[in-house]
Amino acid sequence: MVDRGSDEQMQLPPREVADVMPPHAHSWIGKYVFSQDAKYIAIQYSGTAVAIGLVALVMSWLMRLQLGFPGTFDFITPEAYYQFVTMHGMIMVIYLLTAIFLGGFGNYLIPLMVGARDMVFPFVNMLSYWIYLLAVLVLVASFFVPGGPTGAGWTLYPPQAILSGTPGGAQSGIILMLLSLILFIIGFTMGGLNYAVTVLQARTRGMTMMRLPLTVWGIFTATVMALLAFPALFVACVMMLFDRLLGTSFFMPTLVELGEKLSYGGGSPIAFQHLFWFFGHPEVYIVALPAFGIVSDLIAVHARKNVFGYRMMVWAIVIIGALSFIVWAHHMYVSGMHPWFGFFFATTTLIIAIPTAIKVYNWVLTLWKGDIHLTIPMLFALGFIVTFVNGGLTGLFLGNVVVDVPLSDTMFVVAHFHMVMGVAPIMVIFGAIYHWYPKMTGRMLNEAMGHIHFWVTFIGAYAVFFPMHYVGLVGVPRRYFEIGEPDFLTAPVDGLNAFISSAALIVGAVQVLFLFNIFWSLRHGRASGGNPWRATSLEWQTPETPPRHGNWEELPNVYRWAYDYSVPGAPEDYIAQNDPWVSNSEDTRL
Amino acid sequence: MLIAIVLVLIVAGSVAFHLYSPWWWTPIASNWDYIDNTLVITFWITGAVFAAVILFMAYCVGKYRHRPGHRAEFDPENKKLEWWLTGVTAVGVAAMLVPGLFVWHQFVTVPDEATELEVFGQQWSWAYRLPGEDGVLGTADAEWVDGENPLGINPHDRFGKDDIIVEGGEVYLPVDQPVKLLLRSIDVLHNFYVPEFRAKMDMVPGMVTYIWFTPTRTGAFEVLCAEYCGTAHPFMRGYVTVVEQEEYQEWLQEQLTFEEYAGNARASAPVQLAEN
Repeated sequence: MVDRGSDEQMQLPPREVADVMPPHAHSWIGKYVFSQDAKYIAIQYSGTAVAIGLVALVMSWLMRLQLGFPGTFDFITPEAYYQFVTMHGMIMVIYLLTAIFLGGFGNYLIPLMVGARDMVFPFVNMLSYWIYLLAVLVLVASFFVPGGPTGAGWTLYPPQAILSGTPGGAQSGIILMLLSLILFIIGFTMGGLNYAVTVLQARTRGMTMMRLPLTVWGIFTATVMALLAFPALFVACVMMLFDRLLGTSFFMPTLVELGEKLSYGGGSPIAFQHLFWFFGHPEVYIVALPAFGIVSDLIAVHARKNVFGYRMMVWAIVIIGALSFIVWAHHMYVSGMHPWFGFFFATTTLIIAIPTAIKVYNWVLTLWKGDIHLTIPMLFALGFIVTFVNGGLTGLFLGNVVVDVPLSDTMFVVAHFHMVMGVAPIMVIFGAIYHWYPKMTGRMLNEAMGHIHFWVTFIGAYAVFFPMHYVGLVGVPRRYFEIGEPDFLTAPVDGLNAFISSAALIVGAVQVLFLFNIFWSLRHGRASGGNPWRATSLEWQTPETPPRHGNWEELPNVYRWAYDYSVPGAPEDYIAQNDPWVSNSEDTRL
Repeated sequence: MLIAIVLVLIVAGSVAFHLYSPWWWTPIASNWDYIDNTLVITFWITGAVFAAVILFMAYCVGKYRHRPGHRAEFDPENKKLEWWLTGVTAVGVAAMLVPGLFVWHQFVTVPDEATELEVFGQQWSWAYRLPGEDGVLGTADAEWVDGENPLGINPHDRFGKDDIIVEGGEVYLPVDQPVKLLLRSIDVLHNFYVPEFRAKMDMVPGMVTYIWFTPTRTGAFEVLCAEYCGTAHPFMRGYVTVVEQEEYQEWLQEQLTFEEYAGNARASAPVQLAEN
């Protein structure tokens, strides 16, 4: 039976830690620049992530211009193209998605949702943001150094990443890239310790782990995973930096580059790939699990129904998190590692499909017999399910080792991971912004603009990435500046590529409308009140909207789980978590 | 309500695109039609799941959308249904994994009768090496590469002297003869990829990787590099020409051994009068 709360549990446990109001900043700089308020840090994180994300968006346009209309744009050289590929991928995965889910939503929602006044280490939390900002600035600096940013592909595989055949390999591009990643990981670790410890230690009275909203479960599990996975990337970056700067040979065997023998010898390029993907695969779920958690809550709130199978959902998140550490080499089926690894990693990879499928079923079953309000957040949640199911299912092709062989390194892979960890989580980010913007500002985002934004983004993104699978199925490899017209094409892909590129340009352009909406609604949006969606979780029960520093006058007491929607006999179709309402019905479910 | 209709259209459109669009894989030219079959099974299973989930979602959105006075049903969990769904999913996953692993076992098990061909990659061209009359490839390493020895064959290894060197990116293979490709690179990662053969594998400097297949029809097939290897990656092309046995033997006779190759290179090099 789920821990919804019962008569006995109305007796709250005593407070274990004294309730201390964090010291308020008095200076302008302390409030608005070096702020230690998690909510403000969240906005700083999100703003920076979106700003650098726009750079990545422009690069995706430039890439698509080249692929859709090859030969038309002279300034897109192969060197520039590979720099766009690399920077787009790295920015989207690390500096946008990871930063916005954990640094953005994590900071904003964790303290509010668990009923805390702030993160447990506010000063370290502030440092986390500033080091992240420094990492972004170092990344941006690489655009302005001789040779430009690295064009090694976001996976940065050595030996090419640090050799002269790759843009930025023999200049500073790759050095700045590695330094920036090292800084990002240091900054993230400071934030990540905060998120994890706050969830474990700062929950208010009555907020058991099994009463946490799934948003918190998703962000919490992703944070723990990131704390375990990022160190692998950290050491890989340090070792590659040594190879590049000090002449060590961690990843460098004996090499002849363009006729000249280099001084390297004895290292292993595959060792880097293992380190990279030991981080890289959990990273997929570091982005996906917060999205899973958030979308569960969006669906429950806007369908006015409890999340179907809450406990199964929690365990699925935890099991996915654990399994994701033993599937990494499915990115390396054709890397030249021992082929027998394929048996193990294909099996673990396909097993992870089971808890993932359970989550999908439970989202859809939450809709079933619900009272579905087709608000903008709900529309984005539905868009997420479509794109996630599509992208998740193509993962069954690539995870099943022998099926991966013909598809590996083709555009099919590009289509798959964009659908599953690009479009799907971004759908959730949009839905979440429409959902929580009223709490952050006291105003609703404009609905008409929201509808245009949703429809163009959803249909457009599907039109970009669904046909792209077939470009790969035909045999076009990824990371090709141009494919030409080789004999193996069963039909020319030019027209299809031009279609995909056009759709991508439109989807990108409509994001400008979204940004406009965010600024416009700050002043002109409809006033929202404190709980416009009539939701149960604690962040909607704050005495003020937006919540002030310290969040609460008196810390709330929690009497029930976060999903008491449409409970029979209750006066309204939701019961807030801090509402001590008790049913007088005999029905044990209530 | 619009969203319910759009969801149905997305399923219908995706299925129609899959069935009627001209973009499909190129006709196979190797024994790996097992791979194609596994892929088709996966398409059927995943396609059915995709259609079922999205159509059910469209039904829910249409039927249970908010209307005045409507209230959601209260149903915290339904263990029986959850276990059923878990079980069915596990069966579906097994139906894809088991044939997949079975074919993978074949893929990594090289038959004894396979002949050897070394594929050699460097930025940004392909070369090949065949064992000579002794039937054995000599050892090789980036260590030995120089103007007379572009593939880095060990000059002290007697097995290497009669090895046949094929430059220029095009190699011949006899049809219906299993071949094991030994893949070697001397600079960065490359990947030997011929779409018609389905098989592909990375080439990693410092080690030798392999794949095997049997060419099943004659013709010229383009070789692409499928692992990003620097700026000219998309232009690193070559050809594998599959021919009948007699034609293959004729072609083989025209190729140079390592010894002949090195001799030619020495003869054409500018004469060096004195050590400086």
